[in-house]
Amino acid sequence: MLTLYGQEIESRLLLGTARYPSPEILRQSVLASKAGILTVSLRRETAGGKGGGVFFHLIRELGVRLLPNTAGCHSAREAVLTAKMAREVFGTDWIKLEVIGDHDTLAPDVFELVEAARILASEGFKVFPYTTEDMGVGEKLLAAGCEVLMPWCAPIGTARGPVNAAALKSYRSHFQGVPLIVDAGIGRPSHAAFVMELGFDAVLLNTAVAGAGNPVDMASAFADAIEAGRQGFLAGLLEPRDMAVPSTPVIGKAVFS
Amino acid sequence: MTILIRGAGIAGLTLAHELAEAGHPVVLADIAASPGLGASYYAGGMLAPWCEGETAPAEVVRLGTEAVVWWERVLPDEVTRGGTLVVANARDAAELRRFASRTENHVWLDSQAIAEKEPDLAGRFSQALFFAGEAHLDPRAAMAALTEKLKGMGVDIRCGEAAHPLLEKEHGFPTVIDCTGPSARGLARGLRGVRGEMLVLETPEVALSRPVRLLHPRIPLYIVPRAGHRFMIGATMIESEDDGPASVRSVMELLNAAYALHPAFAEARLLETGTGIRPAYPDNTPRFSREGGNRYRLNGFYRHGFLLAPALARLVIRELGGIA
Repeated sequence: MLTLYGQEIESRLLLGTARYPSPEILRQSVLASKAGILTVSLRRETAGGKGGGVFFHLIRELGVRLLPNTAGCHSAREAVLTAKMAREVFGTDWIKLEVIGDHDTLAPDVFELVEAARILASEGFKVFPYTTEDMGVGEKLLAAGCEVLMPWCAPIGTARGPVNAAALKSYRSHFQGVPLIVDAGIGRPSHAAFVMELGFDAVLLNTAVAGAGNPVDMASAFADAIEAGRQGFLAGLLEPRDMAVPSTPVIGKAVFS
Repeated sequence: MTILIRGAGIAGLTLAHELAEAGHPVVLADIAASPGLGASYYAGGMLAPWCEGETAPAEVVRLGTEAVVWWERVLPDEVTRGGTLVVANARDAAELRRFASRTENHVWLDSQAIAEKEPDLAGRFSQALFFAGEAHLDPRAAMAALTEKLKGMGVDIRCGEAAHPLLEKEHGFPTVIDCTGPSARGLARGLRGVRGEMLVLETPEVALSRPVRLLHPRIPLYIVPRAGHRFMIGATMIESEDDGPASVRSVMELLNAAYALHPAFAEARLLETGTGIRPAYPDNTPRFSREGGNRYRLNGFYRHGFLLAPALARLVIRELGGIA
């Protein structure tokens, strides 16, 4: 079973809660996805007293563990502040740390990310950093106190899937034993299955489900794909070969020529 | 048998019109100083059922198609039937294809056809979607005109101080219909507020004849032309009931959209920033429900007040049937 910061999580799908057509469709999608963790975004407008109370209440009622995020933050200082607000609002020290470096591609600012991770980890937060596939940054995040890494497979919301599969493979083999969650860029169930076959521990996605023509059915498709990819990985995948290999032995077979 | 409608926003005004037209004596009461100062005040006023179909359920599209006809019949001078133009920057072309695949009743325009519809957008976009059957109105002007029309039809409209005695003695009315929108949060089960921020710009340098939607993967926005070289730009959608002033980030995103549509907006005057709270049920569609006894509730119009109020008003008349 997937273990994150000492907590056993039933599902290997982490689902975002933003931009669904309605809270009702969000609810149905969460049920269909069987997600073990829901990410939820805290904006400043929602942090004050009256805030997003009703929406958050609807999300809490789903009974799934919540992972608040710092989406939209552009500096370590801002991210730390948002993380503290999220701890107040949601009563959890889990935080998905997002520090955006480039407004256009939403690529993380890895310098501010590491700094924010260091501050938050030292204050007792369990940090889930959204990062790139750069292994040097991954090392620094672990040194900063992160016990989970969340590399992207493509920029947020692009639906491009694993554009740099070789880097993801290296990342997986470099960080043996560290829970790795592919966060961002997943567009299709096949993308999710692919990264699970590489041995990643879980997948985090939002737009691929929320923006689908039928979010509820798409959530269910992702649940199946992630499960299939995981089973495939555990079952031991064949390595590609250059030559054909017959599935029935040729030696001893009668040869007619 | 007099019907009391609580709340003179777009839902209450529209319902008052349908009930009065059906021959019912109607009293319309609102604690605000005049009708139409709640969520409806910040509305875009787009009568765009097919565009809304991108994310809204089929029922919203179906009911919304009644809206253009209703508004043209009731307030012909307030409605412009010019369609809707949907554009995207070149790099967001995928958004335009996605929008097209999720909606109906549109045609593709090339840059020449765009220039014919909106000369000021000539050369700015290589393709667009055009929804010919859609229309728009100015919500504030439309609600003022509707208020005047209702007075002419004999509807008793009480606002501000004058409304209080009536609202406190609502049990004196044989039928009460609560249309108080976001004010009913906490009273209507499941009703929540969704924050929306908008701007009004003024510039004589750009002219548009119809609403233009600018698609963007994160922040889709629209610009609705109003009289007097004004443009309403909306609207954010934030799951929050905070009705405080617009945030800098939201204003920046809205202004960016205007600027992306036409750089001449850079010289426009920023006349207004506004925040409204949309009332919504979990499925984001409106409901007419019986609260018990002779008390009913019509609420949850979300971002579809002007679009769905006519259809829901008719539904109320059907449901009430012989009761009222």
